[in-house]
Amino acid sequence: MATMTAPLTLRSLEYWAYQYRRTWRGSVISTVLSPVLFLSAMGVGLGTLVDSSRAGGVGGVDYLAFLAPGLLAASAMQTAVSESSYPVLASIKWIRIYHAMLATPLGVLDVMVGHLAWIAVRVFVSSSVYLAVMTLFGATHSPLALLALPAAVLTGMAFSAPVVAFAASVDNDSGFAALNRFAVIPMFLFSGVFFPISQLPPVLERVAYLTPLWHGVDLCRGLTLGTATPGRAVLHVAYLGVWVVAGVLAAAAAYRRRLYI
Amino acid sequence: MPVTTADQPLVHARSLTKRFGELVAVDAIDVDVYRGEAFGFLGPNGAGKSSTMRMIGCVSPATGGTLEVLGMDPVTDGPRIRARLGVVPQEDTLDLELTVEENLMIYGRYFGLSRSVIRERAAGLLDFVQLAERADSKVEPLSGGMKRRLTIARSLINEPELMLLDEPTTGLDPQARHALWDRLFRLKQRGVTLVLTTHYMDEAEQLCDRLVVMDKGRIAAQGSPRELIERYSTREVVELRFGPGEHEDMAGKVDGLAERVEVLPDRLLLYTEDGDASAFGVHARGLTPVSMLARRSTLEDVFLRLTGRTLVD
Repeated sequence: MATMTAPLTLRSLEYWAYQYRRTWRGSVISTVLSPVLFLSAMGVGLGTLVDSSRAGGVGGVDYLAFLAPGLLAASAMQTAVSESSYPVLASIKWIRIYHAMLATPLGVLDVMVGHLAWIAVRVFVSSSVYLAVMTLFGATHSPLALLALPAAVLTGMAFSAPVVAFAASVDNDSGFAALNRFAVIPMFLFSGVFFPISQLPPVLERVAYLTPLWHGVDLCRGLTLGTATPGRAVLHVAYLGVWVVAGVLAAAAAYRRRLYI
Repeated sequence: MPVTTADQPLVHARSLTKRFGELVAVDAIDVDVYRGEAFGFLGPNGAGKSSTMRMIGCVSPATGGTLEVLGMDPVTDGPRIRARLGVVPQEDTLDLELTVEENLMIYGRYFGLSRSVIRERAAGLLDFVQLAERADSKVEPLSGGMKRRLTIARSLINEPELMLLDEPTTGLDPQARHALWDRLFRLKQRGVTLVLTTHYMDEAEQLCDRLVVMDKGRIAAQGSPRELIERYSTREVVELRFGPGEHEDMAGKVDGLAERVEVLPDRLLLYTEDGDASAFGVHARGLTPVSMLARRSTLEDVFLRLTGRTLVD
């Protein structure tokens, strides 16, 4: 059975790669443009102001170097959430791609794992571009920065898996707007991307510690600045891993409820 | 791999049951489908046809009873069974933004076929469903009939032994339906076993060697179309239309002209062995219907007899 499952999962992954060929041009442009714009405006533009008003920069480094790894993690989150919401519901309800797959040897879990794998590929590619642009901006300070790439993918998947589970459980897309408004955007703003969470009121600081994004941001930042300690890094990885595992389990249950009835 | 012999049914169900909470969609049905035949589930919407098809297609677990497809258990052998099925679902599941040929390519890949094998088969299949000229066009602008034919071509990419067609022609215009029937008939000639659901009696009569009439999750009758008509209806039927509201009264006045009289809101049906004789009798009694039609009995009459309702409201 184990020898059957692996290729079946790859077959559903292949669909996503196959259909991506018709949209890749548009997404390449935005994948490259987004880090360039954010790092220029906020890292260099706003950063010059921040650095000139505050000796020693933020957390001991210039603002660009502080901000860039935060944006890397946040962009992994955003890519993952958008790839995990509408495409999943569409595959169940609108375009019904999953139903086509399920009429073939593919099973519910093959369909789910293949889609998650595709989302990981997308996050990997966009994070690679982000990291490359950051490096060109001089915002990476350590060879450890290479490890920020798997860290960003892990951060993305800590969001992807639960959102996939959510998308496979809802009847329409109205929940996705709420998800963005009440989870993604607040996290983007208050999980340590733009300023250290120690600036927050103590209650909110504690809340920020619980968000997967803060763990992703702090992990990426430690790696690109070379300040990561093994203990802290392992803690972040473990916490993000819990979100991935819990999300995958919830997604598997949701897919089965929805597609094998 | 289990091998099915000629006399072993491809689909074998006993007391097959499907419940959704309180609702009993399929209520303990027994079905056998043999190699090479075209087998139909006839019944109105909500009769349990699609639920049955989904269980046979191994995408829905049975709630009770036993089911074997190609000699295997759908719950444990789903992937192996589906590898040998061709499924035409009720709603299209084509990728509208891919081309006709790309749809066949990616679908073939789900079955683990190599690209060169798929390319070769796709050419033949598109010829078969008369879509060869549209191989490179997107699916979106195709007509409903073309999309259905593409779905049929797609379902044949793995050279299935058993095809499951859930309401294959619902929503198509008459011309497109006939084109589709012709293709299905050719598949049958080639020895592909067909299982289809429909609420069109003409479709069932045209295509099915054997069928079951389903109503409220149960099998109301089964046999060949001819057998069913012989058993449950007369040879001919005379349809009489009178003015609105007159049919109830008129039923008494045609008494004795036929073996049985059925009163519908818009017409009277006289079940008779000799339509002309009954029609003559109507005139002889001085009755003047707005219209009168003598025809052969159909499965619609069988269904009406068995359930008291027409198939398509």
